[in-house]
Amino acid sequence: MRRFSYRSLISEALNAHQGWQRQWRAPDPKPSYDVVIVGGGGHGLATAYYLASQHGITNVAVIEKGWIGGGNTGRNTTIIRSNYLYDESAGIYEHALKLWEGLSQELNYNVMFSQRGVLMLAHNVHDVQSFKRHVYANRLNGIDNEWLSTEECKAFCPPINISQDIRYPVMGGALQRRAGTARHDAVAWGYARGADSRGVDIIQNCEVKGIRRDASGAAVGVETTRGYIGAKRIGVVAAGNTSVVMQMAGVRMPLESYPLQALVSEPVKPCFPCVVMSNAVHAYLSQSDKGELVIGAGTDQYVSYSQQGGLHITNHTLDAICEMFPQFTRMKMLRSWGGVVDVTPDRSPIIGRTPVQNLFVNCGWGTGGFKATPGSGHVFAHTLATGEPHKINAPFTLDRFRTGRLIDEAAAAAVAH
Amino acid sequence: MLLIDCPCCGLRPETEFRCGGQAHVARPEKPVDVGDQDWSEYLFVRANPRGVHAERWIHQHGCGRWFNALRDTVSDRFVETYPMGGKPKSTTTEARA
Ligand SMILES: Cc1cc2nc3c(=O)[nH]c(=O)nc-3n(C[C@H](O)[C@H](O)[C@H](O)COP(=O)(O)OP(=O)(O)OC[C@H]3O[C@@H](n4cnc5c(N)ncnc54)[C@H](O)[C@@H]3O)c2cc1C
Ligand SMILES: [Zn+2]
Repeated sequence: MRRFSYRSLISEALNAHQGWQRQWRAPDPKPSYDVVIVGGGGHGLATAYYLASQHGITNVAVIEKGWIGGGNTGRNTTIIRSNYLYDESAGIYEHALKLWEGLSQELNYNVMFSQRGVLMLAHNVHDVQSFKRHVYANRLNGIDNEWLSTEECKAFCPPINISQDIRYPVMGGALQRRAGTARHDAVAWGYARGADSRGVDIIQNCEVKGIRRDASGAAVGVETTRGYIGAKRIGVVAAGNTSVVMQMAGVRMPLESYPLQALVSEPVKPCFPCVVMSNAVHAYLSQSDKGELVIGAGTDQYVSYSQQGGLHITNHTLDAICEMFPQFTRMKMLRSWGGVVDVTPDRSPIIGRTPVQNLFVNCGWGTGGFKATPGSGHVFAHTLATGEPHKINAPFTLDRFRTGRLIDEAAAAAVAH
Repeated sequence: MLLIDCPCCGLRPETEFRCGGQAHVARPEKPVDVGDQDWSEYLFVRANPRGVHAERWIHQHGCGRWFNALRDTVSDRFVETYPMGGKPKSTTTEARA
């Protein structure tokens, strides 16, 4: 791997940029691997990277049916924060946030992590009480999160309309200053490049069609559109398609897959300093470094794999944005798209073993897993390498839906995040 | 936005409806006799198929009635709607074709 540095930039500039190499190979699949990862999104690629870099396991393949990062990773609105309510969630999201803070250096790849702050607006008494509860719970866990009055919200983010005669007036907000955004593609590409340089095979345009099991029931490999590939261990990291892939091994999942949409506006000069989320009206807004407003909407109400959602959903979000930020009423929207998000009953992920020997799963990140990418990959790599969960992902078992030990962020937030 | 064929009112826009999730998930007859695994299946595990899905809808801002539907989750096309307590006419494999 050729490292990016000031020197390499200068020398390539003098060389008309003719000398840059491919960032990862395009190898043919080997007959078998120590670990096969199904799904080349951020989480799958991060898992492969940490398997190689932390555990020295390099005989690894990432099998992706399309192109890497083409799933939810490349479709998300990139909000990164760690101010979740429960200790278990705080543990994993804060683990991820700490890794984000050093990620560009670690990967020698600019993931454009920008800690511009995420402000979550409260619009009713319930929001106020629940956000303050989050602030206190977060403090106990050593996570920064502070309560801002309506006027302080306005001072932090001047475009906000704080007039009290709008449909959902702003009653204050919770601000995590260390939170922010990152460049989604760069995360996939940076991990892919780092994993590839350590020997991991990234195999794109290869769909997993079946999971082969031996007489004892243990998983031994995957059937793909490029033939059979043996594996000592298999990690399924297929987001919205997890139910489909796990069904190949006869495992039924507590998941439902919903469309979730986002849209971007025409690019304009810098005018929006932070990320604003409003769960009550389903509006998530930030401005990309290119100048586009990046807007997240809510999920549709029905299960779907169509990667598109209803226009009334985005319309509803734009209504809310126009009311909260009147300066944007004349902005033109350029593109909108949808992803398929895998939602668990308690809105917390599932990371760990399955009833099938040698088959592991990392899923259920739903509407909010981009922020967890480094942490999720890190603990899942540990789980695949040792066969045992890391202490951070130990509570996020599949079995919790049998024992009743849920991590109910759904009840805590009651919305997409 | 989907156009949904309410068995009572005919084709109406999706915003008049609420989706009630997977259909035909029967509550165990005697909950005390049900083990944790089966209880978990009933409460949490869902078919979530890539293909034809049986689900419940309510025409909330219309006649107010519940009904069942078969819908393809890849194209979002409705295959048929049918009354609560009823069975679909098409089998899910036919519907996929
Ligand atoms: C519109 C939208 C906005 C979002 N906003 C945010 C946000 O602001 N903040 C946040 O934290 N999260 C957000 N999320 C959620 C976040 O995008 C996801 O939780 C996260 O990116 C999931 O990463 P992943 O690697 O698990 O999944 P993906 O990136 O979806 O990767 C899974 C991969 O598996 C592949 N695959 C599936 N089936 C197979 C098969 N049979 N064989 C081979 N490969 C297969 C897919 O092609 C895909 O590339 C958003 C999601 C969407 C859709
Ligand atoms: Zn009706």
